[in-house]
Amino acid sequence: MQIAVASGKGGTGKTTIATSLALSLAKLAKVRYFDCDVEAPNGHIFLKPVFDQISPAVILIPQIQPEKCTACGHCVEVCQFHALAKVGKTILVFPQLCHGCGSCTWNCPENAIIEVPNPIGTLERGMARENIAFLRGQLTISEPMATPIIRQLKKMEQPSEEFVDIFDAPPGASCSVVETLQGVDFALLVTEPTPFGLHDLKQMIGIVRDMNIPAGLVINRDGIGDDSLEELIQEEKLPILLRVPFNRLLAEKLAAGQSLVDVMPEYREVLVKLYQEIREIVGGSDK
Amino acid sequence: MNLIISAQNPTIESPVDTRFGRSQWLILVDADTKQWKAFQNPGVSQSGGAGVAAAQFVVDQNAEVVISGDFGPNAARAFQSAKIEMRLFLKQALTVEEAVDLYNSNKLLKFS
Amino acid sequence: MKTQVPKAKQLIILSGKGGTGKTSISAAFAHLSATDQRPVQTVIVDADVDAANLGLVLKPELGPANDFWGSSLAVINPDLCINCLACSAVCRYDAIFPDPQIADVQWIDPIACDGCAACVYACPVNAISMVKQQEGNWFHSKTAFGPLFHAELFPGKENSGKLVTLIRQQARLFAEDTRANLIIIDGPPGIGCPVISACAGTDFGLIITEPSLAGLHDLKRVLGTLRHFHIPSVVCINKADIYPEGARAIREFAKAENIELLGEIPYDENLPKSMINGDPITVSFPDSPAALAVRELWQKVLRSLDVQEDLA
Repeated sequence: MQIAVASGKGGTGKTTIATSLALSLAKLAKVRYFDCDVEAPNGHIFLKPVFDQISPAVILIPQIQPEKCTACGHCVEVCQFHALAKVGKTILVFPQLCHGCGSCTWNCPENAIIEVPNPIGTLERGMARENIAFLRGQLTISEPMATPIIRQLKKMEQPSEEFVDIFDAPPGASCSVVETLQGVDFALLVTEPTPFGLHDLKQMIGIVRDMNIPAGLVINRDGIGDDSLEELIQEEKLPILLRVPFNRLLAEKLAAGQSLVDVMPEYREVLVKLYQEIREIVGGSDK
Repeated sequence: MNLIISAQNPTIESPVDTRFGRSQWLILVDADTKQWKAFQNPGVSQSGGAGVAAAQFVVDQNAEVVISGDFGPNAARAFQSAKIEMRLFLKQALTVEEAVDLYNSNKLLKFS
Repeated sequence: MKTQVPKAKQLIILSGKGGTGKTSISAAFAHLSATDQRPVQTVIVDADVDAANLGLVLKPELGPANDFWGSSLAVINPDLCINCLACSAVCRYDAIFPDPQIADVQWIDPIACDGCAACVYACPVNAISMVKQQEGNWFHSKTAFGPLFHAELFPGKENSGKLVTLIRQQARLFAEDTRANLIIIDGPPGIGCPVISACAGTDFGLIITEPSLAGLHDLKRVLGTLRHFHIPSVVCINKADIYPEGARAIREFAKAENIELLGEIPYDENLPKSMINGDPITVSFPDSPAALAVRELWQKVLRSLDVQEDLA
């Protein structure tokens, strides 16, 4: 079972819920937690992993071999991202524009291009609290592209019936969220009952509909806003799987790095029930 | 001396465009005769790598000097490699023709 | 010789971590720029294009929608496809499958397709073409406090960085035309492509953080990003009294890194209320603790923009 935890709006509590869900399920199942917010990962704060494997996340970028290159410029034509330019008899490569697609390499008529790894971040694996397998990616500061790292992070493990995989998505509603959601069985959308939460939830609903992924809601900080959210939820027929009322003391403990289930252990059972509801929804839907 | 100047409209009387990569037009001007030709900037419609696309165009035109309001790091790298001189005009309220005059009287800032 | 028009200064507001309060503070700044004792002619940019919230609290008079054309995607013509699988052999994005509706031809998933066109070149019968995609809209709208440049990226699309660059350019041109003094850019969370597009070439960075371990962790990453691009920056702690130990940790970090802590704003439940009113907090609850703190922050930001801080 593969569950993604996403939100649209930042700061609604994705990581709080994702890590708490992992902790709640850890006794019943083999859980793997993937921190897919590779730009600003925070899962480690709550799950406290010990990393035993670190490898660079790389994009394969072209390297022109000058002795074979005739400067025909075909690679420049082929590249859709303008990561190559022909200047006199030299071909320039712009690594930060390169998507690592390999097209230039395959299309070079002189076989003058080889691909070399360009590190853009790291991939780490370790064990966290309660025997949860913890995997994360981190984008190197100043590198623009997060999606290739998320793709490689997810590929670090094969999907399996044996495991419950929890993918903690980045905020927003663009391509890195889509990459995180690819292939998952269910999207748990964490929102807050405010106009910003509502607006960004609509974006997320658009994504899960396009991707045909069943979804359910967690309303976090319930009580701080109004109920315009409720109207949207009814229209969209999304199940509300959990409400977490706003609680200032809880907020302080979460700020300190304690998990929701540490501060309020009654949530363990609540989250196990939430997981069972997800299983029913997924079991019932066409896949 | 062949100059390329980024412009808002496709004529030598056009106001200049301070952006290089995404200006609408690139005007090729002979600095001595003031004969000119306007080209649509290939960078303007690109979703990415606009600076590189525009720079590739300039390189392919065999221009010796490129004049704009600013150059991003990718375009700058391409021009440095091609040994094409980059010059800056410091305000927008300028026409392409006035920019040519400023170039000819050596009043344009060199970009480094 | 015509006199030179001074360029508008550009302020970028970032956080690293989402939800720290960038947009609420940006909205208040927009209001204060127009109404404070020392008004500043300002252009406002909402650079969080896939989760654009600033318009929700500025009551904009919406301008016409302008198309944003992003990248192209590959499409297979089923009438030409001979099912040789040369395309899927070169696709690195797992985007090519047997067509679910037409037997013996391949199909490209538009969500997975990266737009690299490797398949186009690999196809021996020219069955694949690249089709340009509209990926969103951008707008130049009017608010009571100044012009607002904003966008809506269609859900799940790429190229948010390009859309950010586009609206920033539009804002800059408009600022030049109208001789505005300041451009305030409400940035996205994270540190990747859209953040880089939002902060490139700006004059001053204001990092809004929150007093949590997560907040501090992401503050370090976004500060690293701003420093990489040589943008002098300062920090403000929002919801500062939620976790006093966390606020202390940030103060110590700021001191150790020689970065100025420009202000602290207390948690204020009036903030979501002002959001529901569709107004900045300084409009809805001008005497609330948060509004007073934001006002003070704004004054300090204005002073800092006049004086270039020389920070690490």
